[in-house]
Amino acid sequence: MAQYTGNAEAVSALVRDTEVHRDVYVDREIFELEMEHLFPSTWIYIGHASQLPNPGDFITATVGRQPVLATRHSNGTIHVFHNRCPHKGVKIASEACGNTGKFFRCPYHAWSFKTDGSLLAIPLKKGYDNTGLNEVQASEGLAKVAEFRVYRDFLFAKLKPGGLSFEDFFGESLSTIDNMIDRSPEGQLRIEATPIRYMHTCNWKMLVENQTDTCHPMVAHESSAGTAIKVWEREGAGSTETPMAVQLYAPFMSPYEFYEKAGLRVWANGHGHSGVANSIHADYSDIPGYFDSMVAAYGGTRAREILGDVRHNSIYFPNLLVKAPVQIIRNFIPIAVDKTLVESWVFRLVGAPDKFYERALMYNRFINAPTSIVGHDDLEMYERAQEGLNSDGNQWVNLQRLYDEDEEADVTAVINGTSERQMRNQFHAWKKFMTGAMQEGAAA
Amino acid sequence: MNRKDVIDFIYNEADLLDRMQWQSWIELYHPDARYWMPLEWQQTDPVLQPSLMYEDLLLLKVRVERLAGERTFSQKPKSRCHHLLQAPQLTALDEAAGTASTRTSFIYTETRGDVLERFSGWASHDLVTVDGALRIKLKRIDLINFDAPFSNIQLFM
Ligand code: FES
Ligand SMILES: [Fe+2]
Repeated sequence: MAQYTGNAEAVSALVRDTEVHRDVYVDREIFELEMEHLFPSTWIYIGHASQLPNPGDFITATVGRQPVLATRHSNGTIHVFHNRCPHKGVKIASEACGNTGKFFRCPYHAWSFKTDGSLLAIPLKKGYDNTGLNEVQASEGLAKVAEFRVYRDFLFAKLKPGGLSFEDFFGESLSTIDNMIDRSPEGQLRIEATPIRYMHTCNWKMLVENQTDTCHPMVAHESSAGTAIKVWEREGAGSTETPMAVQLYAPFMSPYEFYEKAGLRVWANGHGHSGVANSIHADYSDIPGYFDSMVAAYGGTRAREILGDVRHNSIYFPNLLVKAPVQIIRNFIPIAVDKTLVESWVFRLVGAPDKFYERALMYNRFINAPTSIVGHDDLEMYERAQEGLNSDGNQWVNLQRLYDEDEEADVTAVINGTSERQMRNQFHAWKKFMTGAMQEGAAA
Repeated sequence: MNRKDVIDFIYNEADLLDRMQWQSWIELYHPDARYWMPLEWQQTDPVLQPSLMYEDLLLLKVRVERLAGERTFSQKPKSRCHHLLQAPQLTALDEAAGTASTRTSFIYTETRGDVLERFSGWASHDLVTVDGALRIKLKRIDLINFDAPFSNIQLFM
């Protein structure tokens, strides 16, 4: 029963000022439309240049459900392709990363391609003489994605041409990525390890919304963070320094007032972040030697400015989370309407003490792993929501906290940190990009 | 402490987990113990390489206490587990010093509600003797598919 395909008006009606219809989370047709329209018409993170240090290096990723491939060409440039052979569609690279040498060779019939995607050779090529191969797309080699951008080593791709430029799409939100990079005394981040992967049986948007949901930690995480505090108070008696583990867990139990004052900032196009004036990442102990190296690199004023910006969770709409103070990004990869793969990556701050990397890895396994007790708390809520939303008792999800009638969309604003405005902001963007792309599709 | 004591100890640890005797289970651990689940093949460094778990006794106590918490919603209903162990292999044994190391191939099952998940791998134990009793200094779990995207793993392998 197709009620949304080709009907931008019906899709638009799913998002109201203060509530959204449950179909955005549970309806298969809506999910298909997101794959067809939302993901290809927005800028999607696909990887980091440090994963491609040498010519011939490649990584694979997905944009929505579509497989893509990024390579480092012999002249040092990066290229991004659709990861499918122009002959019969076989995926050119099947691993998450690797080095292909000077060219890719399709494993099916051995068509080969340079690392800039151009067609190198076809076996028994004379079989195509006078067939007009030159006139079809297959002769052009690997199909390039419509647009991609390497922003300070962060790779983003957009599969559909047109629409907003990279700068117009992200605007001021790039300041969080800047801050994460600037925390390295050398202004450089490096990925050295595979991500922690965690399968969620829920819609991808629940995960994205939860990142700026500041009224849940003290409730949903009482079982993990609350217990950690209790056990530490009982067993840690006599110990003079709080172990790193307790420092990471304990702030989750901060009271409502803390989050209210910490603030929330929204940006245009669905981006935004929690933790403006303060955050749960503000009070970790100093790591010896680091501050001095930052001062040496940036000067005292600038170093203090960089480290004083302790943003909690920054959403890059639609599906990327950046946690600058702990050097972690989380990629919420949609698999099905009720299935989301979360890949959480840790960066090393180049030139900073190992302790930072140790702490970031620890945070990642404490909070973002399938073995993480904080993760268990959250996933339980998403799963219950995914099931609960099958109820016809009320078809609307409420996002009304601290709603203001005069609230404008697509602006920069800083507000009370317990507001659900970033969720409203995301759904405004969701509606805009979904229906915009659907209408374009209809006009084409 | 002899060979049989070591092997019995390994079976007993798994049995306590299967019977959800968390308190008795955690008492098998040395105060400086670590429970480690690497995220890489033949991983050597638990600190500067990523792991699924690398926890000391304090964190294991947090987990055990959490399982029984009134507001631990991910344990309503409760999880249960089952360990199927191959005979443990002794990789080191020093009866005089009271130390031993073992490697045990396993199939582990964890279930909750209508969901049942199965895992395969190897458990390695480093054991020491404290006041005449064996204690776990390090338990290391290497899954065959350590890098797969799992859903919740809430109990202990
Ligand atoms: S499918 Fe790639 S060469 Fe035939
Ligand atoms: Fe949470």
